[in-house]
Amino acid sequence: MGILDIKNVGKRFGGLQALGDVNLSVAENSCHAIIGPNGAGKSTLLNCLVGKLIPDTGSVMFDGKSVLGRKPYEINQMGISRVFQTPEIFGDLSVLENMLIPCFAKRDGSFTPNAFIDMYKDREIVERAEHMLEEMGMADARGDNAATMSRGNKRRLEIGMCLAQEPRLLLLDEPTAGMARADTNNTIDLLKQIKDERDITIAIIEHDMHVVFSLAERITVLAQGTPLVEDTPDKIKGHPKVREAYLGETQDAA
Amino acid sequence: MDAIILQILNGLDKGSAYALIALGLTLIFGTLGVVNFAHGALFMIGAFCAVTLSRLLQISHTVIDETQKDFLGNPLQVEVPYIYDIFGQATGDVIIDWAVPISILFAIPVMVLIGVAMERGLIKHFYSRPHADQILVTFGLAIVLQEIIKYYYGANPIPTPAPDAFKGSFDFGAALGFDPNTIIYPYWRLVYFAFAAIIIGGVFAFLQFTTFGMVVRAGMADRETVQLLGINIDKRFTLMFGLAAAVAGLAGVMYTPINSPNYHMGMDFLVLSFVVVVVGGMGSLPGAVLAGFLLGILESFASMREVLEFLPGINQIIIYLVAIIILLTRPRGLMGRKGVMED
Amino acid sequence: MLGLDKKHTNLLLLVFVLTLLAPFILNPFPEGSGMAQFNAGYPDLMQRFVIFGIFAIGFNILFGLTGYLSFGHAAFLGVGSYAAMWMMKLLTMNIIPAIAVSVIVAGLFALLVGWISLRRSGIYFSILTLAFAQMSYALAYSVLTPITGGETGLQPKLQDPRILDGALEAGASPKANLFGLEMGSSFEWSVGSWLFTFNVGYYVAAIAMLASFYLAIRIFNSPFGMMLRAIKSNQQRLNYTGLNARPYTLAAFVVSGMYAGLAGGLMVAMDTQVGAERMFWTASGEVVLMTILGGAGTLIGPVLGAGMIKYMENIMSKINSTILHEWFAFLPDGLEDFVVTLIYPFIGKGWHLTLGLIFMLVVIFLPGGLVEGGQRIAKLFKRKNPSSDTPDGKTTPAE
Repeated sequence: MGILDIKNVGKRFGGLQALGDVNLSVAENSCHAIIGPNGAGKSTLLNCLVGKLIPDTGSVMFDGKSVLGRKPYEINQMGISRVFQTPEIFGDLSVLENMLIPCFAKRDGSFTPNAFIDMYKDREIVERAEHMLEEMGMADARGDNAATMSRGNKRRLEIGMCLAQEPRLLLLDEPTAGMARADTNNTIDLLKQIKDERDITIAIIEHDMHVVFSLAERITVLAQGTPLVEDTPDKIKGHPKVREAYLGETQDAA
Repeated sequence: MDAIILQILNGLDKGSAYALIALGLTLIFGTLGVVNFAHGALFMIGAFCAVTLSRLLQISHTVIDETQKDFLGNPLQVEVPYIYDIFGQATGDVIIDWAVPISILFAIPVMVLIGVAMERGLIKHFYSRPHADQILVTFGLAIVLQEIIKYYYGANPIPTPAPDAFKGSFDFGAALGFDPNTIIYPYWRLVYFAFAAIIIGGVFAFLQFTTFGMVVRAGMADRETVQLLGINIDKRFTLMFGLAAAVAGLAGVMYTPINSPNYHMGMDFLVLSFVVVVVGGMGSLPGAVLAGFLLGILESFASMREVLEFLPGINQIIIYLVAIIILLTRPRGLMGRKGVMED
Repeated sequence: MLGLDKKHTNLLLLVFVLTLLAPFILNPFPEGSGMAQFNAGYPDLMQRFVIFGIFAIGFNILFGLTGYLSFGHAAFLGVGSYAAMWMMKLLTMNIIPAIAVSVIVAGLFALLVGWISLRRSGIYFSILTLAFAQMSYALAYSVLTPITGGETGLQPKLQDPRILDGALEAGASPKANLFGLEMGSSFEWSVGSWLFTFNVGYYVAAIAMLASFYLAIRIFNSPFGMMLRAIKSNQQRLNYTGLNARPYTLAAFVVSGMYAGLAGGLMVAMDTQVGAERMFWTASGEVVLMTILGGAGTLIGPVLGAGMIKYMENIMSKINSTILHEWFAFLPDGLEDFVVTLIYPFIGKGWHLTLGLIFMLVVIFLPGGLVEGGQRIAKLFKRKNPSSDTPDGKTTPAE
């Protein structure tokens, strides 16, 4: 039993079987990568975990409770935070405000009509947000408009916002897609640091083999909507089936 | 039975107008992705094209008619339209009588020009801005266009009659074997319906059977891919805006004998046409046409005395009520495509 | 002060002083002078300034913060007006119950409309609100005539029950009052050739406006207000941050509906009449114009926009060609006529044209409205003496 158990999950879009029969278990406090060629069903699987899609068959249990049929915000409140392929932050708000929102969400729940308190007078929340910004190394940028930041910093902020909620499971959807090498390495370092310092489970969907092999403790290879193999990175590297299905065609991209 | 046929017929002319305006709105939305609140103003400008032409045709000069005398015994001064000088009196009278249908020829180039100017001058700059901004700027434009017309033509409706040949009514009752005079329908409304059907058919044929139309349809379905093929869609889309403007304008031209045009007729129709577009399905051309006729006919059924006794006032709200129900149960509308303006 | 930081306290004080002194500020020209027609310091117009200010402040809480563009807010104003009128007919001509009930009824109606409309967003939301408002208008005009008075509208009548008020003498007309103080009564003060009017109704409405403005500041600075801005900015991220956008938008919708109800109630308190036309969709469009023109999402913008539109409506529409000819009399005759002909379409009955043009220009070049314009001008001056920007992390919306 892991913290996240996916059993017999299948999903069809019209005539396309996006997910066949996925069985996957992510152990607590591990870092689990899901890789696979384009169209393997990685994103569909992820969307089934966070409430954006509801699978046709099977079950998804998080910490012993089913997530199926719950709304994204409910699943988030259960302790699953998601980082998007292109950083999703509040572009019109300041960096500090971006960080305040998950802090409020963590403490006050999904809706609180607190329309008459000055948010900057809520010391507990403000201190927590500033502490998180410090930890992310972006305390100096707190007054900046979030939309003006570099892509790397947006990613950093987004991860920080997810961590501010103290999630038990952090889902990352190709966190380094479209990034320059330096930014990619920074992100890898940040994720390593998070993994080492916190009690957190990380599930990562990734294209970039460099990222996967630097971080993951276990890897599941998805092809045509079904898991091909699941093993440790070393074993996966040499696995003939994987080479054939996947590595061969993306090695130059990695 | 005759009552039902009568209501369907009554719904057709309003439905035709809704369908034509909604068709143009959808063309613009589908090709350019712009929500055009000024589209009703184009309908209104079309109607005023007819007013303008019929006034132009009647511009006259004064001639002294020696054969007639006024009450003081002086030669009578009569106003003679210039058109008499060119074509002679008989032909001239016919031309003036047929001013509304002739306006079609006049309105097409005017409307296309206005449409293209609007797209190039204003709408073009709003492609990448949020839909709310598009709504707001075209809303402002609608006010401006409306006020310009009001300045030159005044605030009162201007009666613009149909040609004499169409002034009577057609007795459907007799034609279909019911009692005479049970289903009476003015000729001009029949003309309007036929005209709308021709225009709608023409637009669909144009999109279906020409290369230009094919590219536009492809662009509506997937803009990026078509552009990757090296086809300049923007130019074609600009022309589509002109076409949509012309469709709205022609709908307006032919509507003038049914309802005397005034400067705010566009807005009155626009609000309903938006509802029609949403019910039909944002971005679906057949949906817009279908919903236009359906809602027009529904409205006319809701105005029946038998219905009003049972549900007073239903004729006033039926369209909105249907729109609310459709939006809540079938968010994509009757024939909407997936992924168009969804959240 | 009042739980606001210094910046916002100053803003509130400024608005307070301006509304208090409005009878002076709006009447800068002596009576009888050629410029007197630009005076706006008469009760009817001043009341409209603050009442539409309230309407726009409320609309801004929905549109400015969450980005949901409602095209049907006039419905709430109308419903509030009808509710207030019935209180005056049944209970008392005292405006307190009338206004309280107008806010509550408008809030409940907004709850119903919002609950349904907010299932959709974007253009669909706009159309849904428009459909509801047009339905309300059509119903008020036809079927609901027993309640709304249909085409003629409603006025307090001598024979209305008014169970809390004593019977009126025959021939007397019922007057809206606040514990006996009549809304229509004014104190006039003439200084030299200036005449200043201090109207009870105006000050009652002004107090309501200040309270509404204060409340809006509190909402803007609260976590709730920040969530609303977050909805506008990125609803997806909000959902994946464990926050449910629906109750937030619904709350904003209801609050802005209550503001509209308050404005509607105050309108009835001032002129004791109501008709269906104030629910027509053009009235909804007007509050959109006000908010955008002033600056959506800013605190003071909607009030400025409301003031500007109402001023233009009342003052600009009064200018006619005779007045224009007087102004340009200094020009040579031919040129004078030419200039007057050029300007004439934009004034008098044509003021809507000017409004439409200004509105378009604002949307195209100045999406932040007059407030953004002011900020840009201020920036031009500031650039000369570069002051250090204090990064305190607060990007609270501009004033």
